Amino acid sequence: MRRHVILVSLLVVLVGLTVWITNMDKIGVMEPFTYGEMLKETQRHLLMVVTAELAVILIGVPLGILVTRPGFRKLATPVIGGANAGQSIPSLAIVAIMVPLLGMGFGPAIAALFIWGLLPILRNSYAAINNINPAIVEAARGMGMTRGQIARKIELPLALPVIMTGIRVSTVVVVGTATLAALIAAGGLGRIILAGVFSGVPLITLQGAAPTAAMAIGLGFILERIEKWMTPRGLRIEV
Amino acid sequence: MIELEKVTKTYPDGTEAVRDVSFEVDKGELCVLLGPSGCGKTTTMKMVNRLIPITTGKIFVDGVENTEIDEDELRRNIGYAIQDIGLFPHMTVAQNIETVPALRGWPKDKRRQRVEKLLELIGMNPGEFIDKYPGELSGGQCQRVGVGRALGADPPILLMDEPFGAIDPITRVRLQDEFLRIQQEIKKTIIFVTHDIYEAIKMGDKIALMDQGQLVQYDTPASLLYRPKNEFVENFVGADRALKGLQLIRVKEIMTSSPPLVEADEGTATVEQRMQYEGIDWLVVVDDEGKFLGWVDRANLAAGQLVSDIMNSSATTATANAVLSEALSLMLSSGLKILAIVDRANKVEGMLSFDAIQKALSEIAQRGESE
Repeated sequence: MRRHVILVSLLVVLVGLTVWITNMDKIGVMEPFTYGEMLKETQRHLLMVVTAELAVILIGVPLGILVTRPGFRKLATPVIGGANAGQSIPSLAIVAIMVPLLGMGFGPAIAALFIWGLLPILRNSYAAINNINPAIVEAARGMGMTRGQIARKIELPLALPVIMTGIRVSTVVVVGTATLAALIAAGGLGRIILAGVFSGVPLITLQGAAPTAAMAIGLGFILERIEKWMTPRGLRIEV
Repeated sequence: MIELEKVTKTYPDGTEAVRDVSFEVDKGELCVLLGPSGCGKTTTMKMVNRLIPITTGKIFVDGVENTEIDEDELRRNIGYAIQDIGLFPHMTVAQNIETVPALRGWPKDKRRQRVEKLLELIGMNPGEFIDKYPGELSGGQCQRVGVGRALGADPPILLMDEPFGAIDPITRVRLQDEFLRIQQEIKKTIIFVTHDIYEAIKMGDKIALMDQGQLVQYDTPASLLYRPKNEFVENFVGADRALKGLQLIRVKEIMTSSPPLVEADEGTATVEQRMQYEGIDWLVVVDDEGKFLGWVDRANLAAGQLVSDIMNSSATTATANAVLSEALSLMLSSGLKILAIVDRANKVEGMLSFDAIQKALSEIAQRGESE
């Protein structure tokens, strides 16, 4: 409960800051971005995050689960290792690498975010299935559940909360990283931050940074609620 | 009912986990697979329901070779309970127990009836537990539900891998006793794996003692104790086999049924008369429902008017299904020379004296050696 109060106050402060700056006439040499521009960049930012996340979920969750299956287990180390390597490259470097590889704009930005957002989801999906108590799966097999039934009725429901945590962490990370997309002309709230940086007006930087932070906190909060809601009742019991 | 014929399991790396094991378990019999860890007992058991594929040899279940049956279908016909229980934590007790009935497509009300019946069988109140989650149960309760789940669709055969392994000794003894009571009622054909010789002697109709993948001796518990086939069996059974023989006899076989009782609100004068009449120095004290309260000793009679004033309250009791070693242990730890035997409702069914145990022990030793 106390956490909720802190979260909501933080959101109010961040949105308030944004409104306050946007309402200003002139800040030093610059005029603040208008509500229209703010809305446009926020939408664009959100679009990048959602697109990249959907791609990461669609590929990361099945891939993470796949490498826990017999016959594919040998792939676990290279796949998880690959994703680890992806995230160990500085985000700025990934964005920069995209330019010679894929050029500028929205597509290359999504590709960069994909590489950065993949690891938390891949790792959590893998761990979620792998960490299920083997006795549970053995009991299910011993009672004559087919592989498909075990996956559907036992493994997936038990893994879902952990997979959802991966999705939440990945989303929050990607909201932040997406500010760098402005460097390769993909727009988003990063454009406002950069404008502030280049013109040396900290308040303009804040005009882009505050809504970015608010978006990260807001999405994180919503996804946490979904995660709780998806956790089977039997697993919510404190043991 | 279950027949193993020259069963061998060799792993790809060449280790022979099980070699040339043959034995038969008759219908309604509980066969214990016993041996030190790594002797191949669990592997042998898991080859019966094909959780581990057999290398050579044959296993017949009810006359049909188990490789002829679809493996999922085979397993739905064989109850399975394991040491780590493996209850599904996201499902209620009811959903856990009805796992196999649901796989079989039983209608909902039939499943519900079955769950309620099984919960009563395993000594759990359906009204209280049916919608609980495993996370809300104690270790002993989880073990019970695990056994209930194995019995879900009333399979004729049960495989149990140390089903009472992961619980405290007291609960364990109670679950063993209760399971034996259940088994008398349901008469399943059971393969029961354990490394605990006490448990084996207590639970088994037959014991298959294994060592290094081979079957060393397949016999009744008494024969295993008193006629060990070789040195390994002798060592495994141990030098205290006379004491282990106490596991072979149940309290109900030698207890005195309907012992002299007295109610707590009776006067000491009548009690004295009865003691004189029956020629004894003590009486079992019960309440008006026949539930055990304690003992009254002749030496104390003068100290009060009512039995309740002078009785020795006691909570030390055993059940008729307990084995003598447990009864003896209770006597030794409580300092009693006689033990009240009660049913599940704590009503007195009989009593057991130290002398009776001694007599039974010498009889079993003679019987085992001359068999």
